[in-house]
Amino acid sequence: MGILEVKNVSKNFGGLKALSDVNLSVRENTVHAIIGPNGAGKSTLLNCLVGKLIPDTGSVMFDGQSVLGRHPYEINQMGISRVFQTPEIFGDLTVLENMMIPILAKRDGTFELNALTSIGSQKDVIERAEHMLEEMSMADKRHFHSGSLSRGDKRRLEIAMCLSQEPRLLLLDEPTAGMARADTNNTIDLLKQIKEERDITIAIIEHDMHVVFSLAERITVLAQGTPLVEDTPENIKGHPKVREAYLGESA
Amino acid sequence: MDAILLQILNGLDKGSAYAMIALGLTLIFGTLGVVNFAHGALFMIGAFCAVTLNRILNLSYTVVDETQKDFLGNPLKVDVPYVKGIFGDAFGNAIIDWSVPLAILFSIPIMLAVGYAMERGLIKHFYKRPHADQILVTFGLAIVMQEIVKYFFGANPIPTPAPDALKGSIDFGVLVGLDVNAVVYPAWRFVYFCFAALVIGGVFAFLQFTTFGMVVRAGMADRETVGLLGINIDRRFTIMFGIAAAVAGLAGVMYAPINSPNYHMGMDFLVLSFVVVVVGGMGSLPGAVAAGFLLGILESFASMNEVKALLPGIDQIIIYLVAIIILLTRPRGLMGRKGVMED
Amino acid sequence: MFGLDKKDTTLLIVVTALVVLAPFILNPFPADSALAQFNAGYPDLMQRFVIFGIFAIGFNLLFGLTGYLSFGHAAFLGVGSYAAVWMFKLLSYNVVPAIVLAVIVAGLFSVLIGYVSLRRSGIYFSILTLAFAQMSYNLAYSVLTPITNGETGLQVYSNDPQILKGDGPDVTHLFGLEMGSAYTLDIGPWSFVFSAGYYFCAIFMLVAFYLAIRIFRSPFGLMLRAVKSNQQRMAYTGLNTRPYTLAAFVISGMYAGLAGGLMAAMDPLAGAERMQWTASGEVVLMTILGGAGTLIGPVLGAGFIKYFENIFSKINDSVLHQWFSFMPDGMEDFMVFIVHPFIGKGWHLTLGILFMLVVIFLPGGLVEGGQRIAAWLRGRGKKPAGGSGDPEHHPKPAPHVAE
Repeated sequence: MGILEVKNVSKNFGGLKALSDVNLSVRENTVHAIIGPNGAGKSTLLNCLVGKLIPDTGSVMFDGQSVLGRHPYEINQMGISRVFQTPEIFGDLTVLENMMIPILAKRDGTFELNALTSIGSQKDVIERAEHMLEEMSMADKRHFHSGSLSRGDKRRLEIAMCLSQEPRLLLLDEPTAGMARADTNNTIDLLKQIKEERDITIAIIEHDMHVVFSLAERITVLAQGTPLVEDTPENIKGHPKVREAYLGESA
Repeated sequence: MDAILLQILNGLDKGSAYAMIALGLTLIFGTLGVVNFAHGALFMIGAFCAVTLNRILNLSYTVVDETQKDFLGNPLKVDVPYVKGIFGDAFGNAIIDWSVPLAILFSIPIMLAVGYAMERGLIKHFYKRPHADQILVTFGLAIVMQEIVKYFFGANPIPTPAPDALKGSIDFGVLVGLDVNAVVYPAWRFVYFCFAALVIGGVFAFLQFTTFGMVVRAGMADRETVGLLGINIDRRFTIMFGIAAAVAGLAGVMYAPINSPNYHMGMDFLVLSFVVVVVGGMGSLPGAVAAGFLLGILESFASMNEVKALLPGIDQIIIYLVAIIILLTRPRGLMGRKGVMED
Repeated sequence: MFGLDKKDTTLLIVVTALVVLAPFILNPFPADSALAQFNAGYPDLMQRFVIFGIFAIGFNLLFGLTGYLSFGHAAFLGVGSYAAVWMFKLLSYNVVPAIVLAVIVAGLFSVLIGYVSLRRSGIYFSILTLAFAQMSYNLAYSVLTPITNGETGLQVYSNDPQILKGDGPDVTHLFGLEMGSAYTLDIGPWSFVFSAGYYFCAIFMLVAFYLAIRIFRSPFGLMLRAVKSNQQRMAYTGLNTRPYTLAAFVISGMYAGLAGGLMAAMDPLAGAERMQWTASGEVVLMTILGGAGTLIGPVLGAGFIKYFENIFSKINDSVLHQWFSFMPDGMEDFMVFIVHPFIGKGWHLTLGILFMLVVIFLPGGLVEGGQRIAAWLRGRGKKPAGGSGDPEHHPKPAPHVAE
């Protein structure tokens, strides 16, 4: 039984079948990659997991609870954090403030009217945020305006924000899209390090095979809205069906 | 039956004004992505073009008429407009009488110029700024424009008559076989509706059948791609802004006889026109026009005594109420496209 | 002090000092001098400063923090005024119940409007609030006449019940202290007026300002700024944005209601024109002009607009001729001719131009202007230091290369 169980999920947009009968099981404490050519339905699947879309049929269970029909903020509170394709951070706020928000959200829940407590008095939150920044080697940038960070640093900050909530499942949507090689390698190293240091399940949607094969322990190949195969990276590499559907085109 | 027909007719003139202003607002919004709070001011400036032309035509010199005496027995001094001196009495009088329709010609170059100056001088610097900034700067511009007009023309409404020939009323009831005087409608309002139909039709034809219009429509749908084709979108959009300004101005020119122009008439119309645009669907030209007429007619129905007896005060709020309901149930408005102003 | 850090405490103390000493500060010119017309230290104007200050502080809590631009905030002010006058009519001229009810009613009203309007954002939100405010205004003028007294405006009549009045005064008062009472202090040619009404409003403004600082510096305030910055990230961080924006909306609505209640407490009248959208536009102008999203900005903006509105409308051509009398005759007339459209009734023209200039060149308003001047002065003294003198929220150190 995986921590995330997707069963018979289908989703149509008008007449277009984006997902048909998807089954997927992500085991706890693994890195699970979902790959597939453009239009395979990767993003649709991801959006069904985080509450942005509701599938037409099927079920999505996280840790034994259904996520369907819940708002993104409720799903996050259940323990799923999401990293976006283009880093989504609070660009108007400082790096430290960015770090504090997810920690406050984890502590206080979806809404808290603490309008008369001073933020300076939240020592535990600040300490935790500073600690997290140090861990991500961003401590020296904590008073920077986060909108002015480099793209690699924005990604780093976004991942740090997600991790600070100690999620059970971290979802990454093409985390290295549009990055230079050096930034991509840094991100891979960062994710490896995260994996080593924590008990965390990571599901990653990725285009870049280099990233996938450096990180993933399990791979699901999606094509035309259905999973073709699910296996270990070694087996996927040699799989004829996958070559045909996906790798064959680029190899 | 006759009551319903009458209310529909009554709604048409206001509806026409809403539709024309909303059309311009939508053009600007669709092409430039700018929310123009100064659009009502353009309508007001159009109305004052009519006032100005009327004043120019009435510029007079004084002659002493020996044949008439004033009450003291002195020869009467008579003001004779220059146009009469130049074109003779009959033709001169006709020109003055028809000053409002003539102002259409007078206002088009002025409005195009105002629109051009506004876009090049101010709005273009705000394409990349947030919508809130665009609202704020055009809001400021609207204040400035109306205060300038107030400075030159004063705060009081200035009556600007329609030509004598169009001052009467038309008995529509007789035309459709109802009793005499059952549906009597002022002629000028009917003229206004026809004029609006003409202008709106013209804009649509222009967008539909000219290459220029085609590029603009393509640009409204996908600005970046059209820009990549090597077409200079910006210049065309500037011209569209001028056209939108001219449409608002024309709406104002012809509205002058219906409601004596005053400096804040633009603001009054602007608020309603925005509601119209939102109801029609941000970015949809047919939506803007349809919603303009729809709300104009709804407003006129709501002001029927029978309706007011049932729902007191409904005439005051009907438009806002409709807007609120539409915005909450159909966020994109009646005919709005996906992805416009959705954040 | 009071749970504020050092910088905020200083700011609060400075503002308090300015407000308390306002009758002196605003009356720098001797009463009989030609410059006395620039004095602003009379009760009516000073009351307007602080009342509009409260209104703008509240508006800024919504717009400055969350970025939601409401074009209908005057509706809450109007509702507050009506509620307060009703208290005068039913109970007595005591201002306490009036102000309490004004805040409560405005709060409830803003829950209603906010709940509906906040389902949309951006321009749609602006138009929804505008529509609601115009609706309220139109209703106040028409069907609601039994409550609002229509065009005449709501006022207290001698045959009103006033059940608690007894033999209390016939003017608004605070447990007997009449709001209109004032003490005039004459020092030489100077004349300073200390008005009970002004200080009553000033206390409210200081409390309002203090609460605003607390909100700015709270985790709640941080969340509101996060709303402005990135709602998507917020949702995926486990935060529900709706109650945050609604809370901000209601708080700012209550501030507006307080301002409306105080207006009625100074002069027991309430009219529908207070709810018109131009009135909503005015508070937008104040906030932006002063500096949206900053603490002191809205107060500065409100004071600035109310002061110059008052002063500019007093300047006329003969005053201009005095000013330019040092010039040769032709030049003098020319200058008067040039300046004429901007003074007297032309104040709104000046305001409009000023507002546009601020939006175009100085999006941070007067506060940003002040900071720029300060930075420029410091820059002339020595190389700029790393820390900025930003007295407001979120210092934005650029990612400097020099360090």
